[in-house]
Amino acid sequence: MTLVVASIIVFFALEIVPGDPAEVMLGINATDEAVAALRESLGLNKPVLERYFSWTTGMLVGDFGRSYTYSVDVVELVSERVVISLPLALMALALSTAIAIPVGLYAAVRRGKLTDTLVMGLTQLGIAIPNFWFALLLVYVMAIWLQLLPGGGFPGWENGIWNGIKALLLPTVALALPQAAILSRVTRSSLLETLGEDYIRTARAKGLSQRAAVLNHALRNAMIPVVTILGLQFAYLLAGTIIIENVFYLPGLGRLVFQAINLRDLIVVESVVMMLVFAIIVINLIVDLAYAWVDPRLRIRSA
Amino acid sequence: MKARSFHQRALNNRNFVVGLVISGMVVALALTSFLWTPYDVTSLEIGSKLQSPSSDHIFGTDHFGRDIFSMIMVGARNSIAVAFVAVVLGLGIGVPIGCWAAANRGIIDEALMRGNDVIFAFPALLSAVIITAIFGPGAINAIIAIGIFNIPVFARLSRGAALALWPRDFILAARAAGKSRSLITIEHIVPNMLNLLVVQGTIAFALGILQEAALAYVGLGTQPPFPSWGKMLNEAQTMMSFAPHMAIFPGLAIVITVLGLNLLGDGLRDLLDPKLARERS
Repeated sequence: MTLVVASIIVFFALEIVPGDPAEVMLGINATDEAVAALRESLGLNKPVLERYFSWTTGMLVGDFGRSYTYSVDVVELVSERVVISLPLALMALALSTAIAIPVGLYAAVRRGKLTDTLVMGLTQLGIAIPNFWFALLLVYVMAIWLQLLPGGGFPGWENGIWNGIKALLLPTVALALPQAAILSRVTRSSLLETLGEDYIRTARAKGLSQRAAVLNHALRNAMIPVVTILGLQFAYLLAGTIIIENVFYLPGLGRLVFQAINLRDLIVVESVVMMLVFAIIVINLIVDLAYAWVDPRLRIRSA
Repeated sequence: MKARSFHQRALNNRNFVVGLVISGMVVALALTSFLWTPYDVTSLEIGSKLQSPSSDHIFGTDHFGRDIFSMIMVGARNSIAVAFVAVVLGLGIGVPIGCWAAANRGIIDEALMRGNDVIFAFPALLSAVIITAIFGPGAINAIIAIGIFNIPVFARLSRGAALALWPRDFILAARAAGKSRSLITIEHIVPNMLNLLVVQGTIAFALGILQEAALAYVGLGTQPPFPSWGKMLNEAQTMMSFAPHMAIFPGLAIVITVLGLNLLGDGLRDLLDPKLARERS
């Protein structure tokens, strides 16, 4: 349902874009006949509704149409780039989770102490840092100054997996750290809430160490809000790659959308946006399933 | 416990005080820039280009010889204006939608909230990029692009708050007195959710500044010759290796402003609604 509404919005929003793709492609010197011929071959002369239905029905069977400017199938265009954007988003998600959960846990356990205040101060800073600025600083320190890692570009996976990963390392860190700041705050506050529950006191009373009580009982119960935010963050990371790919000159999905917008290659923009929306809906579904995995109490309700 | 005045509590809240001071300073810088800047930001002096920070130019100069401190002052206007209007847009449209949905419930409520979900399904930044790309880059379109995504946030917030208020006794009394739903909403519901709106508004303001900077950075925000922080960072990127100061100072300006607003928001939340203090991280 959401997908249908989203497809309508995306399609008709882009229909009203000023600038005819055919005219943009042929340049300002093109004759009217040439423009008309191109419109004909691209199918642009058909009525709007007909084009909408052929686009949506095509998507259902995996046919996203052909790019106006690149003259290749959108699917092909996207699959070339998704191998950069997806690993980038996944690596960033993994890194931010790997940092945030221990940090949040640590701060929660040491609540009110100097280290907690310090860590929370740092996360405030992390939230305020724009990731593209952080990326620029990383490039300066790691690529220009220390010359440890490449500061931009992508060698392609075929030139060795390690080289590919190395090129994605700085973008990953740039994307992940601001997200980790938010996530560790969520982890901390959620854990603090759980630690105030009666069953934690019971666990401590029956002789469990603080450590065991936190790790065995509190952490799992505190995960629900964390999983919610994780899902939201993945969507955000996918979008965040647009900006970060620009900083590092990575030929990913974000740059594809950018170029397509400038070239009025509407079908590419429409299809990529729809794929992202679809991905986000799938992620939301996974988040819902993850709730049940994290919290068995939620399984009974669905039965 | 002795009840303390709002004043005293405010002065004792560290987040609030620090946030207020920082935000106040940024606003003061922006206002001052209308009357005076150390250098003229539109005059190009190639002779003094790419200077490192010195006593003449405390943040150095850019590749056209413009004073970076002056540009940051003028850029502050732009960031504040775009983010502020975007918040007003979100409030102005989102709150009436939320209140209306809560007052009338039923199918309209359902439809409005589903519509909200659809907007939520689009990553805000991606959509902002598309909107500015479609309608052309510029400050006004940046405001619209950022503001549209404030609408569902405020609609959802005000609907939730209004739903919690409707069953309360004083609302029941107002209904018994024969007041219409819209009158009750205006007279009783909205004033009782102002706290929440102020806090969320501050947070949205901070987010708006970050988004404006991101849009300007990819060239879709405010257009030259008006300086904006994001644009300055974009220009700095190619000169990173020999003029890092060009990137450092505008970035710091963004970080400090957003930090100040976030602290202010946290402080306000603690002050206005202690019950909420634990809910948000």
